[in-house]
Amino acid sequence: MSDVLAVLEQRHGAVRKVSHEVVTGARRLADALGGDVEALVLAAGAVQGVERLGAFGADTVRTLTNAGFALYAPEGYTQVIAERVQAGRYGAVVFAASATGKDLAPRVAARLGRPLAQDVMDVGVEAGAVVVVRPVFAGKALLKLRVGGSPAVISLRPNVFTPVERPRAGIQESAAVAGSAGRVVTKEIKAAEAGTLDVGEAPIVVSGGRGLKEPANFKVLEALAAAFGGQAAVGASRAVVDAGWRPHADQVGQTGKTVSPTLYVAVGISGAIQHLAGMRTSKVIVAINKDKDAPIFKVADYGIVGDLFEVVPRLIDEIKKLHG
Amino acid sequence: MKIAVCIKRVPDSETRVKIASDGKSLDEAGVKFILNPYDEFAVEEALRLKERAGAGEVVAVALGPSAAQETIRTTLAMGVDRGILLQTDRLPADGLEAAKALAAELAPGGYDLLLFGKMAIDDYNQQVGPMVAELLGLPCVTSVAHLEIAGARGVAEREIEGGVEVVEFPLPAVLSTDKGLNEPRYPALKGIMAAKKKPLEVKAAALGGGALEIVALLPPPERQPAKIVGEGAAAVPELVRLLREEAKVL
Repeated sequence: MSDVLAVLEQRHGAVRKVSHEVVTGARRLADALGGDVEALVLAAGAVQGVERLGAFGADTVRTLTNAGFALYAPEGYTQVIAERVQAGRYGAVVFAASATGKDLAPRVAARLGRPLAQDVMDVGVEAGAVVVVRPVFAGKALLKLRVGGSPAVISLRPNVFTPVERPRAGIQESAAVAGSAGRVVTKEIKAAEAGTLDVGEAPIVVSGGRGLKEPANFKVLEALAAAFGGQAAVGASRAVVDAGWRPHADQVGQTGKTVSPTLYVAVGISGAIQHLAGMRTSKVIVAINKDKDAPIFKVADYGIVGDLFEVVPRLIDEIKKLHG
Repeated sequence: MKIAVCIKRVPDSETRVKIASDGKSLDEAGVKFILNPYDEFAVEEALRLKERAGAGEVVAVALGPSAAQETIRTTLAMGVDRGILLQTDRLPADGLEAAKALAAELAPGGYDLLLFGKMAIDDYNQQVGPMVAELLGLPCVTSVAHLEIAGARGVAEREIEGGVEVVEFPLPAVLSTDKGLNEPRYPALKGIMAAKKKPLEVKAAALGGGALEIVALLPPPERQPAKIVGEGAAAVPELVRLLREEAKVL
């Protein structure tokens, strides 16, 4: 029997939503391996939301506390997680491919002397071995890998493993862990504006390109994102990020973020190959563009040919009606 | 200040991916290779840190095929002092093997900083920098978008979902660089001429095969061309209906 360790994330003492996806992916692996899902969260004290993790398939949820673990402490976290893995018999260790997960997973994998598959989009077990699919060349191709030996260490791409309710006991345990949080210390999180979702994690992404004509016109995309009621983030093409209209954090594409939202709305984006690479794994793509021959229409599911400054305000009205 | 910058030769971001006949790798015929874009930020930051310190050495280290010498020359033209190529014909899919080979080279170097791009735009592994840190027991901050170094301590900022983490660390350390950290310089003609005379050492890389076996390199799922719902604002209600009733995403 081999269990799966799901490494969760908390911010400000609450479980992050991406962790529901991690438990969901871990459950799928554990079912294939015939083991349990043990969820692990590191924090400075009690964590809100751990009681809900049983619903997504966690057999046990263990909170390990240390005064130095309120914010991400890479070295302390690595130590505690690696010790936990070595103390058990895990078939897999699963992280989120979030900013924290992508930093933490390589450290834990190296500490364990195990390979790491980052940003995994699909996972299964074939002939007893964990098999993963992950994007390479920014999504222009997919790489299928077989992991030799155990545990398999993987991070799951956000928004791909839709949380599914598969209730388990979700027994909650909590213990204090001793030891140093490490030499690398996160002093603070400078928060973006309240309510701002990250393009890498938002279920809906509304992206703008050069068709917006000037930076101030991104207001119309912010209004569209707002109409979706806190579900949407505003993204941007490389052209407008390089021009300084939008921050790099918002860039979608090969040298920005690769995103897989449920709905991607490309507004005034022609669809350069390096942009398409970053968003082509979205579930549904809508393109709004003046040029009916723009390459974006080749990957989009639905398109409107027209002036975005007329189309988008109407779209805002219609979406508001829906949520009204 | 002695700084190593670990760089990689990668296919240009505009490359159209064609899968080779083995079904497991990129068909490299006609592909243009470049210095990994995220590594440019690492090179630029190293050069600025050395310039600010007024003394020191910046060494570019690459793991890759013989042709990666050209990639190293690009960094020498930008101002890097010397290069080391750990030569190998094929990099394993397992990033830990790359990290081990680099760590073995870097360990005795007496570097104050080891810089990496936050990821390579070909394999998207995003792991070699922090793995090297772990293997060498060094502090590490990844995806650095802002950096200040004063004496033997540094403060870095890294983007996280919905915010920015402010991170303090002691030197020597491993850092991986993100876009936004700086504006990489272009090699000037003088630099390109000088680069030809700078030392570039080529060694055989000691690489294991790793524990990740490539089963297949696959094309992404095909997407059908868009259903053009209509023209102009008048098409919006129909679009919203389709998103609700057909695509079921609203």
